[in-house]
Amino acid sequence: MSGGDRTQPGPGGGAGPGHAAPAAPAGDAPPAIELRHINKHFGPVHANRDISLSVARGTIHGIIGENGAGKSTLMSILYGFYQADSGEIRVNGQPTPILTPSDAIRAGIGMVHQHFMLVYPFTVLENVVLGTESRPLLRETLAGARAELERLEREYGLEVDPDAVVENLPVGAQQRVEILKALYRGADILILDEPTGVLTPQEADDLFRILAALRDQGKTVILITHKLREIMAITDNVSVMRQGQMVAHRKTSETSRDELAELMVGRKVLLRVEKGEAQLGPVILDVEGLDVVDHLGVRRVKDVSFQVRAGEIVGIAGVSGNGQSELLAALAGMTRPAKGHIRIRGTDVAGHHVDARTMRALKVAHVPEDRQREGLVTSFAANECAILGYHRAPRYNRGLFLDRGRILGATRQLMQDYDVRPPNPFLPAANFSGGNQQKIVVAREITSDPDLLLVGQPTRGVDIGAIEFIHRRLIAMRDAGKAILLVSVELDEIMSLSDRILVMFDGHIVGEVPQDRRDERTIGLMMAGVPLETAEAQAHAAAGAH
Amino acid sequence: MRRVLLAAVAVSGLSAAAQAQDDFLPAVVFDMGGKFDRSFNEGIYNGVEQFREETGIEYREFEVTNESQREQALRRMARDGADIVIAVGFAQAPALEVVAQEFPDTRFTIIDMVVDLPNVQSVVFQEHEGSFLVGVLAAMASQTGAVGFVGGMDIPLISKFACGYHQGAAYVNPDIGYFENMTGTTPAAWNDPAKGAELAQSQFDRGADVVYAAAGATGLGVLQAAADAGKLAIGVDSNQNYLHPGTVLTSMLKRVDVAAYNAFRSAMDGTWEPGVQVLGLAEDGVGWALDENNESLITDEMKAAVEEARQKIIAGEIEVHDYTVDNSCPL
Amino acid sequence: MATAEPVRAPAWVRVGLVPLVNLLLAFIVTGLVVLAVGENPFEVLRLLVRGAFGYPEAIGYTLYYTTNFIFTGLAVAVAIHAGLFNIGGEGQAYIGGLGVGLVCLYLDFLPFIVVLPLAIIAAALFGAAWAFIPALLQAKRGSHIVITTIMFNFIAAALMVFLLGKVLIKPGQMSPESRQFADHLFLPKIHEVLEPVGISIGRSPLNLSFIWALVCCVLVYLFIWRTRWGYEFRTVGQNERAAVYGGISPSRVTIWAMVISGALAGFMGINEIMGVNHRLLLNFTAGYGFVGIAVALMGRNHPVGIVLAALLFGALTQGVAEVPFDIPAIDREMQQVIQGLIILFAGALEYMVRPHVERAYVALFRPRRQPVAAE
Repeated sequence: MSGGDRTQPGPGGGAGPGHAAPAAPAGDAPPAIELRHINKHFGPVHANRDISLSVARGTIHGIIGENGAGKSTLMSILYGFYQADSGEIRVNGQPTPILTPSDAIRAGIGMVHQHFMLVYPFTVLENVVLGTESRPLLRETLAGARAELERLEREYGLEVDPDAVVENLPVGAQQRVEILKALYRGADILILDEPTGVLTPQEADDLFRILAALRDQGKTVILITHKLREIMAITDNVSVMRQGQMVAHRKTSETSRDELAELMVGRKVLLRVEKGEAQLGPVILDVEGLDVVDHLGVRRVKDVSFQVRAGEIVGIAGVSGNGQSELLAALAGMTRPAKGHIRIRGTDVAGHHVDARTMRALKVAHVPEDRQREGLVTSFAANECAILGYHRAPRYNRGLFLDRGRILGATRQLMQDYDVRPPNPFLPAANFSGGNQQKIVVAREITSDPDLLLVGQPTRGVDIGAIEFIHRRLIAMRDAGKAILLVSVELDEIMSLSDRILVMFDGHIVGEVPQDRRDERTIGLMMAGVPLETAEAQAHAAAGAH
Repeated sequence: MRRVLLAAVAVSGLSAAAQAQDDFLPAVVFDMGGKFDRSFNEGIYNGVEQFREETGIEYREFEVTNESQREQALRRMARDGADIVIAVGFAQAPALEVVAQEFPDTRFTIIDMVVDLPNVQSVVFQEHEGSFLVGVLAAMASQTGAVGFVGGMDIPLISKFACGYHQGAAYVNPDIGYFENMTGTTPAAWNDPAKGAELAQSQFDRGADVVYAAAGATGLGVLQAAADAGKLAIGVDSNQNYLHPGTVLTSMLKRVDVAAYNAFRSAMDGTWEPGVQVLGLAEDGVGWALDENNESLITDEMKAAVEEARQKIIAGEIEVHDYTVDNSCPL
Repeated sequence: MATAEPVRAPAWVRVGLVPLVNLLLAFIVTGLVVLAVGENPFEVLRLLVRGAFGYPEAIGYTLYYTTNFIFTGLAVAVAIHAGLFNIGGEGQAYIGGLGVGLVCLYLDFLPFIVVLPLAIIAAALFGAAWAFIPALLQAKRGSHIVITTIMFNFIAAALMVFLLGKVLIKPGQMSPESRQFADHLFLPKIHEVLEPVGISIGRSPLNLSFIWALVCCVLVYLFIWRTRWGYEFRTVGQNERAAVYGGISPSRVTIWAMVISGALAGFMGINEIMGVNHRLLLNFTAGYGFVGIAVALMGRNHPVGIVLAALLFGALTQGVAEVPFDIPAIDREMQQVIQGLIILFAGALEYMVRPHVERAYVALFRPRRQPVAAE
């Protein structure tokens, strides 16, 4: 651990420019953050190569790049999780060594992580003061903090009930708690790492409003993302990273999605998928009156009925948490439906003792929503992950033992076909980037040659190059006459891939979006539970009003 | 050291030959309770200490901590040229059977068990006789008409104590109330004073006012509980009257100290003989303790009654049943 | 991308160097304790090493203890691979020994060559049965396996006291033990086996079950890393949701993992009952089941590591016991302190020094900043 003997030039509290960098020339304030020639190695991997970056005070600065481009590493260096091998960090013009997160906090830097660092059974207030308890009695600390918290909430429009228990809050509110935590600790510069990955479109919009308010109050925001939409919507400036290097700095107003995408990937990218007419075959999946009750006894899927035919992609749109996950789990055999029918090519499996193994035997493959928690075992080598769910198949076994030769051969083939990088079947899954992890999962499931493919959030946390690749594979499967059920909270994805779109809200299927009336507004309203006819009317009215 | 190295390379006979020129070397292998258990092992310890003080001859010792160390320790002592090795406790018998045959020129004395070999002396005690006497005292001292027994583990040796005690109490008062509890099922049962105190307290609560402990160091808790509750307790093996003067009614003496002392002494004198020694009341191998710490608790009437019982047992007029003969108690 | 571990040192640093540093620390602290009671730590260390490895008989004893620790260490490791913490090795070994004893007591009209496999099977079945009940409770009722296995240790002890005190005891005998087995059922000692081939080593309890222990190491390795069942164990142990996704039933894995774990622990009974004591008796497990936890932890749940860790603990058990013959001040309480310190440093505090050692390694031997292409 580091000692506390260094001088601390950065601003300590939430106070404004008063004491910061008095030596700076008047009128031309130094940048809030300046990184100079940062280098960072992990073993042989040069994760950050001679990175320089300047973030102007009072702006929202986007850093965009594919997964594995080095964005998170760079921000981890700025926040003191890692130390750079070489290079310099300046905060408000002052060289500031940041060796630990507490150094960063003292320098006025706050970070909101992709995965929240919250104590879920605690209240909002308790979470906010956590680690800053200054008085021996918690009550006194809390009383002082409450006033400060209320001031922050008012000032930045961050509405959260201080006494709500965090685990009962929606994800968007939990994220606001993280922001409040950082502000409470006096952050002047706020780093957000992939903040919208867990949010619904509406929640994301709320977040952007908050970020704008923060900027207007003089705070500096660094937004790390791989989503072009967010960069265009909210940032003032954007820096693009690729393969450990900073490849471009742009003013957001002077660039375009296409240019950024090209900079990120290093080549021209097709943002839209091209696909032909669906060639419909027989009904593969027939769901009728399905109810799913979760382990707490809450009814999560309510009387759902639909069909998926061979040769089509059926998309299920909906705000996260409206029963899609439970529906998918039930269809995959991971949970048992409370009632209703699931027929695979006419065979009713509901009501029997069904697990994921039986469903695979029925040629149902499944790309789960959460690859890290379900689709892979992150500590396993890639070749072991490549057989998960198929480890009993004769092709991977020889007598009592697993057939290592064939497993490795199959993994190498799969890595080659799906361009998994690095193509090393012995590397633990955790060491692959999100996109490459997802490619392993998708490849495993598609190469099992299923009749029905269940796909949940296939491109969550996946970089653009991989998204394009995975989308093309799904289309190819559909064109080969397979049935695909796609669940995604990314409306873009649903709209570009699906032949038919169903919208789920509160466990029900609200309706099917007609082929000719697919617009974001209509679907968005249906996702909020508005029936099709009303949604159409409202969408038209809104369009007319503009 | 020289001898150790020799032994390491040579067969056992060599060390025996070398030993003649050396001084007398006695050794003792304590059992798992450890030499400071204030009870059985400590009795042995007192005996060998007495020998050391009187003769100035140092002895070697070892405290075993698991089953297989017994054989190892006995062999080590024999190989290092011990003239006499005391094996403490019945649990050492299987190990001794092996080692005594390997070292036919080494003398062994085992306490509490019979091992029938030409170079082994077995010393066993008539614990049931001594327990009978303290049972007599307990029943006479009891005002509630109920007495208790706290044993270490439910094994025959402990039942032998319990059964003799119960017989003695019933001899005085056929209607006597009697409670019996065993502490546990693992070796920890011999070293758990807290649980001993709990068990004694529960027996007091059920109406007993004299409790006899035969449970190694666990018994210390029984004695403590009696002192705290103002009731009476009976110690075991060594004289434990001094621990809580006024509330320890007496102690059932098992003179393992005498046995240990005699083993060393006779081996040195050359009078040591193999075979079985049964030490009962007649041989003063067991008995009850009377000293300044408990004389106020023992009335003349009690003294007379216990003396009479002692004589009758020695004369064979009272036959105290030994539990281990048929693994049952007639009461 | 690199998130979890900021610094990555090669595997040998973690698997080899870190345990050595831990051991060294343990010895240093132990040395200070020895110094504090007024003895020379180097002399104690010398006696300890000599007591463990100094002469053939000592090595025999060391390997005899090692045998027990291999069995109990493997038992713990197999369960840990399936994400279960089996603290019941002690009781499972106890009951496994009961199985061995019953076979030897009641089937002694059969020749050795028939009884031996039966005894091995009985050890496995009895040990497995004792682990099966907690496993079933965990799988079907969610009772925590740590709690139930601990409780089953006590139940095993109570059962054995009852059986040996009242049922299996040789009549008319003071000590709660069964009669001795028939001579022909004694599992041959290694020194007896080697004698006919002209190799003479000191007498020790080391017997053929040591070979069986090594065979079990190979079997466990093959099972865990080379079969689909082992794959399922590891999947459940690493990520239960992924297991469900992969069509693996965590409750079935729980039960099988505990059954195999219990069987391995039960094999300890072969060594103790058939190999050494030749009778059923109380407390022959002597805490070896608990040491198995430290062995598995230190051996990183890999058979090779377990053999090495078991050897270390075997050497400690034997070596430390030899010290008081020459230095009486190192009595059994001191022995426990020494062993406890080594377990503490080598097992429990592994994560204390690991980051520092790794960082030191990386700082010293970090690859030069050559221009490496990032993939």
